[in-house]
Amino acid sequence: MIRLAFTILAGVLLGAVVHLVSVLALPKIATQDAYSRLTPMTKLNAVTQLAVAEPGSNIMPYLDPAFAVAICRYDLSSGPLKLTVPVSQAYTSVSFYTRNELAYYAINDRSAGKKVIELNLMTEAQHNDLPEDEEITSADRLIIDSPSITGLIVLKALAPEPGLMPQAQASLAASSCRVQVDQPPAKQAEAPPLPAPPPPSRGRR
Amino acid sequence: MTTTRGTELGTLTIGAWTARPRTGTTDIDPYSRATITRNGELPIGTGDGIAFTASADDKKKALDGRCDVVVSGVTPPARFWTLTLYDNKGRLVANSLQRYGFTSQEIVRGADGGFEIRIASRSRSGNWLPTGGIERYSLMMRLYDTPVGVATRTQRDAPMPQIATVGCP
Repeated sequence: MIRLAFTILAGVLLGAVVHLVSVLALPKIATQDAYSRLTPMTKLNAVTQLAVAEPGSNIMPYLDPAFAVAICRYDLSSGPLKLTVPVSQAYTSVSFYTRNELAYYAINDRSAGKKVIELNLMTEAQHNDLPEDEEITSADRLIIDSPSITGLIVLKALAPEPGLMPQAQASLAASSCRVQVDQPPAKQAEAPPLPAPPPPSRGRR
Repeated sequence: MTTTRGTELGTLTIGAWTARPRTGTTDIDPYSRATITRNGELPIGTGDGIAFTASADDKKKALDGRCDVVVSGVTPPARFWTLTLYDNKGRLVANSLQRYGFTSQEIVRGADGGFEIRIASRSRSGNWLPTGGIERYSLMMRLYDTPVGVATRTQRDAPMPQIATVGCP
């Protein structure tokens, strides 16, 4: 009896382990995921516009046919990326995904608050290497930290009615995504160390 | 066991509609993540909007492309929304009108601001969304630039439209 109970318990446990491992491993091993599907049809570190979704197209399931969509497939190993997306008349958004389709950031035209959405995408390490008081860190330029070296940026512009699709596509065609060529100067090398600042005086309580 | 529906698993159910607001964040649950990568989808990011799906009407009858289905009422606050019809693999359904959905801007509304979309295989007056006569389909309503999201719990915050099957041949 105990033997039978033990066998059943072992079976249940094994099933649970297999279930958990397969669910957790699937994002890493899937071969038909969005990134793999988009790789053959998109350029690296450049904007590629996708065909508007229609019944025959099989790029990705559940695409919104009211949107013009462009993809920037990125690889940050050669440096940070600069993304510029002019805002279309109706609605424009930019969404960021890791290599495994984790949506880690998205912004729309209104939250960007400008006529052109301008972003710098870099890894956390590249962000830490930025010289401090460089203009690049000033408030008018948004810096996004990518959790992965490679990933996808999805640019979308809404065509509120079918006749406005060419306009939406045109606004995406004017967007760009490229590795920054004007490398910011490396950290000021060995400036004479400033005299140590006096220890911050403990304020009165 | 905890319930499989409800906010415990990050699922937001309003009428016939279901959304998983966390799929657009890094807090996505492992099951949604596995589904998304297997299907090759890209979830809508939270800063962009939220997607609600329905594959049955308010009375839990599966949506049938041979029947007349009416989607009516009001929508949650959002700058834009789109309603799209997909087959059960997430593909658009071919039809002679080349109409696969509506946007909030192209919909014809009543005097009170409410709307009614008629989903049927044969031509209907007003906002007609063709089904191509397929047996099963699902609807996806996407809200763009909306306060609806992870914090939304009830119909009061997000009044989704009703879905009713009004006649089958």
